[in-house]
Amino acid sequence: MNNDLTDLLKELKIKSPDELFADIPDAIRTKTLGLPKGMDEDEIRRVASAYAGMNKTVNQEHSFLGFGLYNHFVPAAISNVINRNEFLTAYTPYQAEISQGIMQALFEYQSLAAELFQMDAVNSSMYDVSTSLGEAARMAKIITGKDEFIVPKYLSKNKRAVLDNYARGAEIKVKEIDFDEKGMIDLERLKEALNENTSGVYVEYPNMFGIIDTNVPRVKEIIGEERIFVAGVNPISLGVLAPPGKFGADIAIGDGQVLGLGLNFGGPVVGIFATKEQYIRKMPGKIMGITKDYNGKVAFSMILQTREQHIRRERAVTNMTSNQALMAVASAVYLSLMGDSGLKKIGEINMGRTRELMDIVREFDVTMPYDGSPVFNEFLIRLKESKTFVCRIAKKFNLVPGYALGKNYGYNDRNQTNIVVNVTERNTNDDFNAYKEFLREVA
Amino acid sequence: MYHQAVFDEPIILDLKGRRTIKIPLENQKFRVDIPETMKRGSAGIGDREEFSVIRHYVKLSEMNFGADSGFYPLGSCTMKYNPKINDEIAVLEGFRMIHPLQDSNDVQGALKLLYELAESLKIITGMDEMTLQPLAGAGGEFTGLSIVRAYFECAKQLDTRREVVVPDSAHGSNPASSHMAGFDVVQIPSAPDGTVDIEKFKEAVTEKTAAFMITNPNTLGIFEDKILEMANYAHSKGALLYYDGANLNGIMTKTTPAKMGFDIVHLNLHKTFSTPHGGGGPGAGPVGVVEKLKDFLPYPMITFDGDKYHDDYVPPKTIGKVASFFGNFGVLVRAWTYIKMMGEEGLRDACETAVLNSNYMRKKVQEFMSVPGKTLKKHEFVASSVGASMPKAGDIAKHLIDNGVHAPTIYFPLIVPEALMVEPTESATKAEMDLFIETVRQTLKLPHETFEKEPVNLKVTRIDDVDASKNPRPTLRMLRKEHKEQPLQQVI
Repeated sequence: MNNDLTDLLKELKIKSPDELFADIPDAIRTKTLGLPKGMDEDEIRRVASAYAGMNKTVNQEHSFLGFGLYNHFVPAAISNVINRNEFLTAYTPYQAEISQGIMQALFEYQSLAAELFQMDAVNSSMYDVSTSLGEAARMAKIITGKDEFIVPKYLSKNKRAVLDNYARGAEIKVKEIDFDEKGMIDLERLKEALNENTSGVYVEYPNMFGIIDTNVPRVKEIIGEERIFVAGVNPISLGVLAPPGKFGADIAIGDGQVLGLGLNFGGPVVGIFATKEQYIRKMPGKIMGITKDYNGKVAFSMILQTREQHIRRERAVTNMTSNQALMAVASAVYLSLMGDSGLKKIGEINMGRTRELMDIVREFDVTMPYDGSPVFNEFLIRLKESKTFVCRIAKKFNLVPGYALGKNYGYNDRNQTNIVVNVTERNTNDDFNAYKEFLREVA
Repeated sequence: MYHQAVFDEPIILDLKGRRTIKIPLENQKFRVDIPETMKRGSAGIGDREEFSVIRHYVKLSEMNFGADSGFYPLGSCTMKYNPKINDEIAVLEGFRMIHPLQDSNDVQGALKLLYELAESLKIITGMDEMTLQPLAGAGGEFTGLSIVRAYFECAKQLDTRREVVVPDSAHGSNPASSHMAGFDVVQIPSAPDGTVDIEKFKEAVTEKTAAFMITNPNTLGIFEDKILEMANYAHSKGALLYYDGANLNGIMTKTTPAKMGFDIVHLNLHKTFSTPHGGGGPGAGPVGVVEKLKDFLPYPMITFDGDKYHDDYVPPKTIGKVASFFGNFGVLVRAWTYIKMMGEEGLRDACETAVLNSNYMRKKVQEFMSVPGKTLKKHEFVASSVGASMPKAGDIAKHLIDNGVHAPTIYFPLIVPEALMVEPTESATKAEMDLFIETVRQTLKLPHETFEKEPVNLKVTRIDDVDASKNPRPTLRMLRKEHKEQPLQQVI
């Protein structure tokens, strides 16, 4: 025990710190738990490197795997900024005056995302896009007082399973509507699905099949002012695709993972959550605002805290406390570095490279169920072989051809395999060649 | 004398230049066929150089304060030191560049790590099964309460069990999460010694109770020593016991939630297990449960067959999912590293030192300020700055940050007037704690007018939060809607 601790013990007139646990009844005291002895840094490096080495990274294979998490280029400047100790090791900025740095950075994130989405207000982050969807459904109920929320039938199970969980607690009924023959939201079915209980509708572009849904511009006029239109977007597409604000979205959500966060086995990512000015007070999450201090200097403050759990308790708009603040800062750095020209460029590269691979696919006897509908950087292909066979051949070429939709998406994977293929700026011509070799054997 | 860096940094959107970052395949021409209605002109955020971006954020970071900047006794947040090795391990290429939808054969190392972390957390809590999926503490609470809901739905008791009972000293997220999972909240008062009033508890917990939710040590830093009695009583009424793990640092290795009779536990890895909190997140909120609740956990669960790790197990009565993928993996890697490095001895030492520090500070602070509840504290204590001549808790906080010491949590828990909730953690020297104590002691002698001007050593002085919320401007876009291109200083 070092001198410091000895002094403290002396001050408290005790011999061992264990005496400070005398209030824990013997009946529930633990002697030992059975955890192993601690390691030193050198040992943990060795162990961790061995574990890391057991994983096959996307750099060691030809990967076309996306489906909600994308292998985009990550600028070095991002980790440099988010590893600044003053950001990395800070708590939520409850003491505003000593935390202006992170508060400005988060205000900037909100401002950048607001421009990108063309929405008035953005919160300082949600956990991910799936929980954002859950919160959006709750918010639609809070605003309208209605309890039926409509989503597309084809929606990633990751999102849907999270949404269903939020919906159960909030007593929201989730209704599905099918796509039309172009793989877009069916507007006729949407009209039929609406009733006096409908709180809102969620539509995404690009959708689960990567399709840029050209029915989206008509959704708001169909559902009307009294219902909430929740738009789902891929933020990296918004350098080239029209923003949700243009289509009258009341709430817009997307996963900021694509904005420089990397893969990290699926987390941490960041849920971007935006809304119109009139709904700010119903929006979940922490919000930074620009204001001034008592000397009239520009300052940042955590605003509208009376919506939150630490004040309003069970009447709060959400239970969220921690969010993904540092990841929000990371995506702000990404957006700043890329700027207008970079975002446009990266959108074009993703679309262009995707089309190149689609051209390759067209050389083979492979069905592209919605060929003809515009896509961003994902598309659906259908192979006439079983999933097992397809995977075996793919392995042979060190290829991950995409995400295979199985039974839980309503697809039979014994006689056919439906694959959502993702192409990003990181895919090389070698990757494309591997795909060609693979198709030669499976198609 | 403490001085924070002060820069008048523009909003990054107003920093305009040219883009210097190069994008892969930048110089190739691509075919882009976007339908007219779906086209966009420009993103509207401007271009700028990488060096401008870096200079900007370096300046912003210098106007911030983290646990690496100094003593950070923010109550209930466990702002312990975050070992740097954690960060190094988390960004190994083999962890950073893998996709959660890859074939499980290709990510055995990641699954092994997650499996081991869950196993360690099971040992630390005594729970029988553990999910790592929830993305933060409150996410864990929602997960746990969704399990409570599913359990009683399955038992056909959900129609009658509509209530979650929480003490009035509970974290605000407890009632909020209960409400989100569809329960009504019943709040019970604390006894004068700061623990749960056992009579009131027995009145509140009935056949209508789905769960009793509590943190132990509680938010006053006091160990609820009647916890077994409460657990037995709640169980006799058919209710479940939920452990809010925010304060686990105060008892880690000394007892476990299982020993105390809990059925569900959520942990905050960004508190107890040293993962950096990033100015608000990411965190991680694993949830552990006892045997009878295993089947309700979110899917997929990671399993081990003695040879290989699998990521496709769906518990038969699963509540579904609470996050897109496996959780905040980067955070989980850091917590795994921490536990491996500490071992049982290290965790015990962390807990003991944290409690020793807290009691030392409590004893010193008690010389000049009241500290409600039982004398013996665990990892934190709450001082109450009440009395005619006493400064307000908010004034003390501003005086502290003006002197380079992070303030404690203030005005919480709500049951203590002018509350200052102090949690030194194990990462504090005696000198740092003494500086805090002396700085607080000083405020008692200062004329109250002094505080009105504080802070003076920081980027800004006090902010009128009420006004900021009355006229909310969360984005530059909203500000400029009213005020076009005028300089910021003129329009705020």
